[in-house]
Order: sequence, then structure tokens, then C-alpha cells
Amino acid sequence: MSNLKALAYELRENTMDIIMSGKAGHIGGDMSVMEILTELYFDQMNISPENMEDPDRDKFVMSKGHSMEAYYAVLAKKGFFPQEEVVEKFSKFDSQYIGHPNNKLPGIEMNSGSLGHGLPVCVGMALASRMNGQKCRVYTVMGDGELAEGSVWEGAMAAAHYKLDNLCAVVDRNRLQISGNTEDVMAHDDLYERFRAFNWHVIDVKDGNDIDQLKAAFEEAKETKGKPSVLIANTVKGKGSPVMENKANWHHKVPSEDELAQIRRDLKERKEALQGE
Amino acid sequence: MSKIANRQVICDVLMENAREDKDIVVLCSDSRGSASLAKFADNFPEQFIEVGIAEQNLVSISAGLAKCGKKPYAASPASFLSTRSYEQCKVDAAYSNTNVKLIGISGGVSYGALGMSHHSAQDIAAMCAIPNMRVYIPSDRLQTECLIKALLSDEKPAYIRVGRNAVEDVYEEGNVPFEMDRATVIREGTDVAIIACGEMVKPAVEAAQLLETKGIHASVVDMYCVKPLDKEAIVKAAGNARAVITAEEHSPFGGLGSMVSQVVAVECPKKVVNLALPDTPVITGTSKEVFDHYGLNAEGIAKAALEALG
Repeated sequence: MSNLKALAYELRENTMDIIMSGKAGHIGGDMSVMEILTELYFDQMNISPENMEDPDRDKFVMSKGHSMEAYYAVLAKKGFFPQEEVVEKFSKFDSQYIGHPNNKLPGIEMNSGSLGHGLPVCVGMALASRMNGQKCRVYTVMGDGELAEGSVWEGAMAAAHYKLDNLCAVVDRNRLQISGNTEDVMAHDDLYERFRAFNWHVIDVKDGNDIDQLKAAFEEAKETKGKPSVLIANTVKGKGSPVMENKANWHHKVPSEDELAQIRRDLKERKEALQGE
Repeated sequence: MSKIANRQVICDVLMENAREDKDIVVLCSDSRGSASLAKFADNFPEQFIEVGIAEQNLVSISAGLAKCGKKPYAASPASFLSTRSYEQCKVDAAYSNTNVKLIGISGGVSYGALGMSHHSAQDIAAMCAIPNMRVYIPSDRLQTECLIKALLSDEKPAYIRVGRNAVEDVYEEGNVPFEMDRATVIREGTDVAIIACGEMVKPAVEAAQLLETKGIHASVVDMYCVKPLDKEAIVKAAGNARAVITAEEHSPFGGLGSMVSQVVAVECPKKVVNLALPDTPVITGTSKEVFDHYGLNAEGIAKAALEALG
């Protein structure tokens, strides 16, 4: 697994290139979600540029659509489009590489950006897969601030009602949103109880930036029958450098030159340490 | 008077096709009875999905189904479908370009005495303002049948509004002129052009007959395709006329009247009178009582035409 751990840091470096080029990006959430996306795209999901027309492929919806720069870095690494093209065009005039998922680009199933849409859409995808007799799985990643949207819970209700065990949601529980600590803005510390009350199988991922723990959790979700699973992935917002870790003002921020230099040093150092493992 | 409501026809057409096409899926939000789709649910339980009273879920789930090759028909009262789940219609259906057919039932003031919460007098404005959303308001059961059959063969999102009650036939059985996305010109006339949609088409035809007795020749255009609006038909009807009357079961803002006025103002400027519901919670009553109160009937349309012609 060590290669995926290092890969997550390489993808963080690529994410920085995208953010610096576009002079925009939700950097904090990009960094917190990186291991989740890496484990999904490079280990769990049967999704590739070659099988996007195959109805039996797994399905993924990026519900926390603002973490788009991380998602671009992952999709580019998977070969859906060149990383250089993203860096060149991100957030530029008349570009397809906008700040939220755009399904005119290869690899992206659904547009998002407005929060609370991904889970209900995935309920439809999971129902369709079952109706079609397909074995594929359906995944979505939500932010923790996003859970204040009522539509999330409409989706959660229907997923449990229809016993969608082919559906797995991930909450990127980084505990920060644009206005500050999630517990101050709108508390979610009873998240486990809430999802359990909706009759979901809840998996606590103590370190949501740990590939090994994520892998184990996704495997547990696959084995869970008769109900949907949710991973509460306890992550660190801005993960990768102390410059931005756990700081609410890094929700959407372009680093200064000095900050960037430090972030790049920190990411490189951690990547190389993991490569040596 | 026909005994068959437009919503009933939708169920019949979907049932007819669902036998062969297993990808057709009907979704309701505790609305199978009011949508006349209980029969579909009973006959095709494997192709029916109940989402409970959750209209946002209804549309998002439909989008997910469509993305995986299904052909979802999401039926819910027009008032809730068009505004409660407006953002899902915008993002998950239109923006993501999923093959979701949104069936707004009991549209306009169909729910009469139930009040403004249940009226959909904003749905044309709301839905037309979304890029990649089509808006259809058929006038009778026969046109509804043609429309749903046409929609079954395309893969783009659309919003269809039908009323609750059976309405009088506008067309003749076995002889329904219908071309997708082209307005139906019911009659031609050179003095005044009456452009209407939905339940206003029948009174528009009757108004033209009333005007004929006074020696005034009115054309009547059934603009069931509110979006994409058939501009050519508007220009053709309005071009030679001295005035244009629009009639719709909708707010005076952003509906058929506004859209026709935009076309006429640019292409063939002349007086346009928009007949619509008022910008206020509508008066309590049956559809007919409400229409009569606001002059949305044959006499009202004819009167507006006479006044416009001076």
C-alpha cells in the first residue's frame, strides 16, 4: 500500500499546481479528501477511461464538488485528461475545467457544486444497478458541513428504505467549514447516531487520511448486506503542511509565495518519507 | 366533455410502452393516486419507485436512474415539483443533462380551494429560465397522448404540466395534428392572433368562434411547446394580425405572455395583451370559477380581442 500513500502526496503536489495556475481553489478540502479519492480510484473502484461506456462500471459522484482541484489531479492521474491541460486551463476564460464537477469532461458522471445532491443521485444509480441486475457499486463523497442540507437526509432515508447495500457514502469529516468549526456552525458530533438511526451501517475511520484504514473500511462496506454503508472519515483539513492544517481560513485560499514554498517542501518531504516505506 | 383527464392519458401511454421497454420507470412522491399512476404501480411494481413525500429526492433519484440508462418519469403536483425541487431540476436534470421527464400534475389552479401553496402559477417562468429544460403544456387528452409518445423517444430532460380534471377535447380522435416542438395552428385569421397553452386553448377556440359572429377573423395557436417556443408560428400568426392576445393559467410574469411579447416586440411590433392569473393569491374556487372570475374564458378572451382592436 505504500505506493498509494506516497501517491496521495504526489497528487497533493499536482493539486497545488492546479490551484496556483488558476489562482483559485478549495485547498483545505482538497487536501483532506485526498486519501479517500486515492483509495477509491486506485484500489476500490472499477472506473477507468477504458470502461466509461461499460454499464457495469462502478459509479462515483463527487458530492462535495468544491474539492474539484483534488478530483482533477486524481482523474488526470487515472488518464481521463492530461494534468498539464488542467493546469493550463483551470478557472480560465471559456474553460471546461471549472471550479466544480462538469460532466462534459471525461470521467465525471454528474455535475455538482450545490451541496446535498450527490447522495440522492447515488440512490437512483444504486436502484438502477439493482434493477439492471448489475454487480457494480456506487460511491459518493460528502463534506461534513454539507450534512446540514436536508436533501442529504432525504437520500439517506431512501437508501435505507430500499436496503441499498451497493451504495457507500463517505463523509470527509475534517471538522471545519468556511465559517469555522463545524460544531459551532451546525453541530454534527452525533453523526454516527444519526446515520444509525436512519438504519445505515456506520464505519468509523479514525484516521481518514490513512490509506490502510480506508481500505479496511471500504472492504467492510462491501461485505455489509441489507443496508447502505457510510464511512465517517476523520480527516485533517489542509492535510499535508502545518501551514494550512486545521485552519478554517484555508477553506478557499491561494497561498502566498512564502506559504507555497513551505507547503511544497512539506509535501515533498512527506512523499519521500512514504516512498521509502 | 371527455371523461379522461390528461394525467390519466400519461399513465395509459406509459403502461402501453412499459410492457416492452423495461427501462421505463415511474417515480412518485406519495402522489400515485393524484397522478393517476396507481394502476401503473400495481401493474409494473418492478418499474415503479415510491420516494415518499420528498420531492427533492424524487428528482435527484430520477437523475441517478437516468444516468444509468433508465427512462424515469417523475410525477408530483406541479407546485411542489417545480419549486420545492427547483434546484434538483436545474442541477441534476438540466445541468447534468439527464433523461428525466418531470410530470407536474394538477398544475395551475387545479387544486382550486386548497390555496396558493398548491397552485403552480410560477412553473412556466421557473422552468423556462433553466437552460436545457423544455416545457410542455398540452391542451387536451389527445395532444397529451401525442406528446408523451414523442417524449418517450428522446433522451433529454423536460417538464410537462397537466391539470387535474378532465377537459373538453380540442382535437378530434384519430385526427390530431401534432408535430414535436411546433405549435398547432388550430385556425387562421387575419384580424387578431390568439396564442394560448394548456387549458386556455379550448376557450381561445371558442373566443375565435364568438369573434367570427362579429365579423372578426381570429387565428388560434396552441403553443403546447412553451419551450422551445415556436417563434415561427408566433411571427406567422402575429405578422398579419392587428393585435395579439395570449392566454395562460400562470402568473402574469415570465410565462407564455412574456415570451410571446418578447418575440412580437422584435419581429413584428404590435399590441400584445397578456391574459393571465393576477399577481396575488388567486381567489378560492374550482378551476372554472377561478377562470371565469379573471376573464380567462371565451368571453374574456373575445372581449380582450375586441378592446385591443379598438
